[in-house]
Amino acid sequence: MSHTRAAVPIQFDDPAQQREAATLGMWVFLAAEIIFFGGAFVTYAAAALVHGRDFALAANHTNLVLGAVNTAVLLTSSWTMALAVHAAQTGRRRTLVVFLGGTALLGTVFLVFKGLEYREDYLHHLVPGSGFEGSSVAQLYFSFYFVMTAIHALHLVVGIALLAWLAARAARTRAPLASLNIFENAGLYWHFVDIVWIFLFPLLYLRGRHG
Amino acid sequence: MAEPEHAPSVYFRVYLGLIALAALTTGIAFINLGLLAAPAALIVATVKTVLVVLYFMHVRFSSAITKLFAGAGFFFLLILAALTLGDVVTRGWLQS
Repeated sequence: MSHTRAAVPIQFDDPAQQREAATLGMWVFLAAEIIFFGGAFVTYAAAALVHGRDFALAANHTNLVLGAVNTAVLLTSSWTMALAVHAAQTGRRRTLVVFLGGTALLGTVFLVFKGLEYREDYLHHLVPGSGFEGSSVAQLYFSFYFVMTAIHALHLVVGIALLAWLAARAARTRAPLASLNIFENAGLYWHFVDIVWIFLFPLLYLRGRHG
Repeated sequence: MAEPEHAPSVYFRVYLGLIALAALTTGIAFINLGLLAAPAALIVATVKTVLVVLYFMHVRFSSAITKLFAGAGFFFLLILAALTLGDVVTRGWLQS
């Protein structure tokens, strides 16, 4: 298969250099994201260390089944995202569109389950504020829980919108895929959001489960 | 045409590995490991992260400078965590 490539912008020598710059730029952004989420993770770790057992007891009030199912959903979405990038690299447009759409759909399923969980938390008076039922340490735990899962969910919303836009754009045109960089970088972003959940799941849901 | 970094079968094996590790971390959470519980959970999460970064994010086949930039983010996070938590645990604040 040979594909004609659009000429590269003037600042690049060739498509390989452009691709290298795009990947590197994405990792600079992701390094900033690592520190952004990292600040929340380290503060959570400090609070968990200071409050020990009381913190773990509060974590028992999360819905483990929904958390575990969502972990599987998000890991599956990362797999389909990797296959979408592979389809872009091998020039299979139809497969690319299917996997981008499938990945966005799995991300949406995750958000629906997360919404069900938030609803359950609300009904059980676990939302920090005047209606909270539990100790002040439990309230601190749930403040972390809501802030961290919400900024993660916000990242997923951005990712879903990005993938839906890319899928629509790839489906609309019959021309060869002009540049792979945008698909690869969307993949890097999606996998990063998956990594955040890989740490959120054990830290927020699995603490203090051994009774 | 860019050469794909990995065959789809590699992605499938990595995916199976990630699901197995997620099941493992859920399973060991029900065992009373005492002080080892948190390190065990973090080790499994780190292994999963390494799999995602090396294979799904293609860093295994990235250029040296991309590897450096990818590692730098995690490296500075380690500094942030080590200095902050080192402070917290040496102040006599910990609840037994």
